[in-house]
Parts: sequence; structure tokens; C-alpha cells
Amino acid sequence: MKFVDEFRDADKAHALAARIAALCEPGRQYKLMEVCGGHTHTIYKHGLEDYLPEQVTLVHGPGCPVCVIPMGRVDDAMALASEPDVIMTSFGDMMRVPGSNGSFFDAKARGTDIRMVYSPLDSLKIARQNPDKRVVFMAIGFETTAPSTAMTVLRAAAEGLTNFSIFCNHVTIIPAIKAILDSPDLRLDGFIGPGHVSTVIGCRPYEFIARDYGKPVVVAGFEPLDILQSIYLLMLQLASGEATVENQYSRVVPWDGNPVALRAIGQTMELRPYFEWRGLGFISHSALKVREEFARFDAETLFPVPGVRVADPKACQCGEVLKGVLKPWECKVFGTACTPETPIGTCMVSPEGACAAYYNYGRLTRQRVREASTS
Amino acid sequence: MTAPHDSPASAGWVEEALREHEKQARYEQTRDEQLLGEREGTRFEHRGSPQPLPGTVREELVLERIDRARRARPRVKEDRITMSHGAGGKATQTLIEAIFLDTFRNPLLEPLEDAARLAVSGVRLAMTTDSYVVKPLFFPGGDIGDLAVNGTVNDLSMAGAVPAYLSAGFILEEGFPVADLARIAASMQAAAARAGVQVVTGDTKVVEKGKADGCYINTAGLGLIEHDIDLGVALARPGDVILVSGPIGDHGITIMLARGELDIEADISSDTAPLNGLVASLLAAAPGVRALRDATRGGVATILNEIAAAASVGVVVTEDDIPVRAQVRGASELLGIDPMYVACEGRLVAVVSPEDAGQALTALRAHPLGADAAAIGVVTAGPAGIVQLKTAFGGTRIVDLLVGDPLPRIC
Repeated sequence: MKFVDEFRDADKAHALAARIAALCEPGRQYKLMEVCGGHTHTIYKHGLEDYLPEQVTLVHGPGCPVCVIPMGRVDDAMALASEPDVIMTSFGDMMRVPGSNGSFFDAKARGTDIRMVYSPLDSLKIARQNPDKRVVFMAIGFETTAPSTAMTVLRAAAEGLTNFSIFCNHVTIIPAIKAILDSPDLRLDGFIGPGHVSTVIGCRPYEFIARDYGKPVVVAGFEPLDILQSIYLLMLQLASGEATVENQYSRVVPWDGNPVALRAIGQTMELRPYFEWRGLGFISHSALKVREEFARFDAETLFPVPGVRVADPKACQCGEVLKGVLKPWECKVFGTACTPETPIGTCMVSPEGACAAYYNYGRLTRQRVREASTS
Repeated sequence: MTAPHDSPASAGWVEEALREHEKQARYEQTRDEQLLGEREGTRFEHRGSPQPLPGTVREELVLERIDRARRARPRVKEDRITMSHGAGGKATQTLIEAIFLDTFRNPLLEPLEDAARLAVSGVRLAMTTDSYVVKPLFFPGGDIGDLAVNGTVNDLSMAGAVPAYLSAGFILEEGFPVADLARIAASMQAAAARAGVQVVTGDTKVVEKGKADGCYINTAGLGLIEHDIDLGVALARPGDVILVSGPIGDHGITIMLARGELDIEADISSDTAPLNGLVASLLAAAPGVRALRDATRGGVATILNEIAAAASVGVVVTEDDIPVRAQVRGASELLGIDPMYVACEGRLVAVVSPEDAGQALTALRAHPLGADAAAIGVVTAGPAGIVQLKTAFGGTRIVDLLVGDPLPRIC
């Protein structure tokens, strides 16, 4: 398939892998974090880790927007969905994220009207078709999906829709990266920057990572060769002792981002003072809410939202796993209380989370290591 | 950092899970110490607090714990049926094993094959049943009628039987157009004629408007087993070759697009077709066929997992060798789903002994419904129960059962 196969060429991958291996200093371990869940998905889907030398480890970061939504927010969404005449709309991958009383799927099974949509604009269609219902869109995601939510609100305003609102859970990536960088037990050497988010915010916001923390950042695309090349670029920087922000995904990401999208977000949403992240706790200025001018589209204004906090269980060590301090199997509840069927923490929620991946595939990886050490 | 000072509530199920965890941890600590003692050939001594175990040993113990959990008796944790229970993945399997198999348990049901194989007064029969709730009822390449006939014909064929008789049960919603019903019946008859079977008994129920979605159909089928080839996924052995009879995922993608919710158009139609003719020529040419499955709900990936689990073998397939139409691949890329999990309605997966694999592939390709058949992988001695995919990119990944429906991803 054109524009896909070119970025999955195994010969080029072998060449890149050899260069990456050549850059490894003996005895040094390299921990690189791919911030974005989309990258984690690519890494697993194509088996990219097979190309990496043993010294290079990828740490799966906090960039899976459904995984970082805390249980309390899921509970709030459920409460909204059970208000009279409400139709809740949600992206598909939000459907299985557990709150304290099950997931959207469970709520749907109990008779709540929750519908899966591919685009927030589909919610407007549902609102138009059901004038006697109140449609609430469960808005989630980083700066990647925030513009489409913003455009949807603007469209609803232009059309004068009165039965549509959003439950805004949009989060911003920079404060999350900063929270990880500020943790005293940080063990990361560099970052594979989130490509989709950067199409909106550009590369400039990452400059502080290189400047203030001395860690290289390479904004990467989502095909396997994109990621492999980004790892190579990070290794080059690490070998020369440099730390700068590079843009590997320049075919899509403009250095200054997308001003139209940023304007739309700015017009409809503003920063919350703080927001809770599953696994990372409260982070200042890390999420967006609907601006007062658009309060008529803000479900948090229109409906009573319980706002009950559900604490991450103390035993859950997602934060440490996210920061690369602990391996999944070192977490206290891993594999007993926390499993893919009953995920407690963010790392187990999504199949791409570090813990879910290890739960499913760890046995095989371990076996490979054993085979390699005996052969 | 600012944080609110309200006292957080806690989720009941989490607490319960944590209590279970504590219990398990206490049990395991004693057990692990024992294990470690056996392994190291030394006695593990308590001096006040437990001594930390070496990292690799601890990791092994965690992995063993996961393995035990995987082998544990399946238990349905939800208190209500969710859509995941019908998606063909792990949740469906758990439901079937924990509720139905446990209740109805008998040697004929236990293999959980597509059709049960029975003998009545010396005559060997295969029997199966299947319900059809597809939406939309009419789609490019077919409709619920021919789907209901072909699906049951195929389930019988996978048991190595020659399909003969079908039943047809209809659940109709008040207000359903009679013209549509006539069209569905006509297409069932056409499909039955094509497959050489007869619909010999039936049932009709009408439910109030809103209690069903237009028309649901159940078909059951009887077929005759006329050869001595023993078939079953548990018979797969290391070295066997895995064949697929044509491009995968056509039906599932066609249905997704036909629902019209995605605003994607593609020139593609369902592969719904009766496979009895194809199976007959395959079995005639290659007696070394060990197992046949039609890759319906859950797709080829689910079948491969069933093979790996039932026979305690490994399965390794090569992405480059798996036939997928460009339209299916394109739509899957756009929607963020994997064609390996997408349903087919006219494709079979065959496990064949290495000696007969060549003939089997030739026989499949000689039939119009198997023209694009391909060898996609092999059965290996291990790791048992695991399906691995060699990606076109040159890596390896595990192809696991899905927990529920393949969900579109946003990131």
C-alpha cells in the first residue's frame, strides 16, 4: 500500500538497527520513553523491540489518553449518562476503562444509553436526530483530539443546538512530561516525542526538556521506521553528549504547530488549575475545561456532577512503572489484584500499557532472554 | 502543586481485589519460599523479616503466578452480559466455559468444535446450530438469509461432514416489512440450493416493536460423516502447516462499512459462501488434514489461538504470507483495527500434516472459492498456547485473543 509500505521496509530497519547497536557504549544502559500511546501501539504491532540491542529499553509513557483518566472521572461520566434523557457518546477505546462501578460497557448493559462514535461531530448528528434527548460527548485526549472537540463546540454554537454538551476531560502533554522529569527517581535518557500532539502544538514546547533537563527529544512519526529512526537520532545525541529537540516527523509536524487548531482550542477551552491523572496524581494546569462563554455546552455546568474522588489504590505503583523506576512485575499488585480483566492502574487498562503488555507477553520475552543466554 | 482536600472514596471492587491479593500474597510467600528452596537446593530460612529473593527468580515466580491464573477455572466476573460476551474473544470463551460447558458438560460437547460429531445407530452425523443477528440485514455480497444458511453449512463442513438438512427459526419484530422477509427467504433458498441442502423444519415468532432488531434467524444443521479422517484442533502437531483458503476480513469490513457510520466507501463485498464443496475436494486430495475451522467471529487470530491452546503447541504465522485485500487493509489501517481479528464468512483455516500440505494447497487453489489460498504459518513445539506473528517489518509479536470487540483507537 502506497505511503504505508515504504515506512515498513525490513531492509532499512536492519540497516538502522545496526547503526543503533554501533552507537551503544559498552556497559551503558539506555532508557528511552515513548510518550505517546500510538507509538507504543506501533512498537508492539510491528515487533519493533526485536531490532533493539539489549542495552536499549523503551519505557512506555503516560500518553494513552484513556488510561490516564482517573476512576472518579469515569464515575462522574456514568452519573452524567444516567441523568434523564441523556445519550452519552464516547470514543471506542474509552468503553472498557473501569470506574469504581465498572466500565461504559457495563453501564450500557445496565440500560444506560451510551453510543460509540468515531468523531465528536457524530455526536452532533445524534443530537439533531434526537431533539428530545440531551447528548453529552465524553471528550478525552491530548491536544490531538482537543481541536476536533473545539470545532464541534463551535459548530454546535453556530447551529444553535441546545441539546448538546461535552464532558471535558482533555489533558495537556507538557505538564505530564514535566511531572515525570521532576520526579527524583527518574531513570530516563531521552524522549520519543508524541507525533500527533505535535501536529497541533509543534516542537517548541519541548525545548525546556533539552535546555533545563538535558534530555534529548525527537518528535516521531507513527510508522515503525519513523520510530526506529527517532531512536537512532536520540542515540546519536546521547553519543555526542548533546540534548536538543529534533523533528523526525517533519512531513506532518510544523515546528510551530497548527495555529488554526490552537486558536480553536483557545477560543472554547481554558486550563484547569489542576487535574488528577491515574497513576501520576494531581498535576497543575494539566487539563482543559470549557470556557465560560461556552458554558451552555459544558456538561459540568448543565448537570450535577458528583465530582467524587476515587483514590488510586495505595498498592498500585503505576507512577513508578511509568517513570521507568519499576518493572511491571515488581509492582506489588501486579498479576494478583491487577490483571487485564480487572485493571487497577493505568498501565494495565490499555492492552498497550506496560503492565498489560508484560502480563500477556512477558513469558515469551523472558524465554527469549533465557535462550539467548544459554546459546 | 495544588490538590483538593476532600477525602477520596474508594472503589469496592478494587478493595475486594486487594483483599484477594493479600490472601494470595500470603499463600504465595510460603509457597515461593518452598519453591526457591527446592530450586536452590537449600532451605530458605526465616530471620525475622523475609529475605529479598534474587530479581530473576522473583520474575520467574511472577510469571508462574500468571500462568496459574491463566489455567484457573474460568469465572464470569461481570454481573450482567456485555457486548464483549458476544464478540468471540476471551469474554465469550469464559462465558461458554463457565456457564454452558459447566452446566451441559458431556463428552460430545466438550471439544467445543464448530459442530458436534455423533453416531446414531451406526450412522455418523454432525450437528450444529447458529444464530444470526447481523445489521444491516442486506449488505454488499449477501444478506442475513444466505449468511444463515452458509454459516451452518460451513460449521458442518468443518466437522468433515456433508451437510444435508437445515432448520430455520425466525424471530421477527412487529412492523418488519413482509417484502424484506420474502427476499430473505428467497436468498436462503438460493443458498441452500447452492450448497445442496434442504431447509426441512422451522419456527416463527413475532415480538413487539423494539424487542428485536427487524429479523433474527437461527439455523441448525445435520450432516453425514462419510470418511474416516479424524478432525479437531487438538490434533495439531509440531511441523504441521497452516493454510487459509483466501483473503481474510472481507465480511467484517463490508459490514462495518455497510452500516454507513464511518463515511468510508470501498469496493468490497462479503465473502459469504458455502464451503462444503471446497472441503470435499480438500479432504479427497489431502487425508493429512488435521483440523478445519471457518474463520468467522474473532477472525483468523482467534482460530490460531484455539489451535495453540487445544493442542498445547505454538503457532508461528508470517504476516507477508497472509492474504488481505488492499481495501480491507486500507480500511483497517484507517480504523485502527487488525484484519487478523475481522470476521470472514467464506474462509477456512486448515491444519495439514507437512507431507500433505502441498497437495492440500493445490486442491484448495483448484476450487473457485480457494483460488487465493495460501500457507500462512506452521505449528511449533512451543511456546505452548502462544501464537506469534512474524511482522512484515521484521519483528515478532504475539497474537492474543481479544478481550472483547476490536475497538477503534483514538491514539
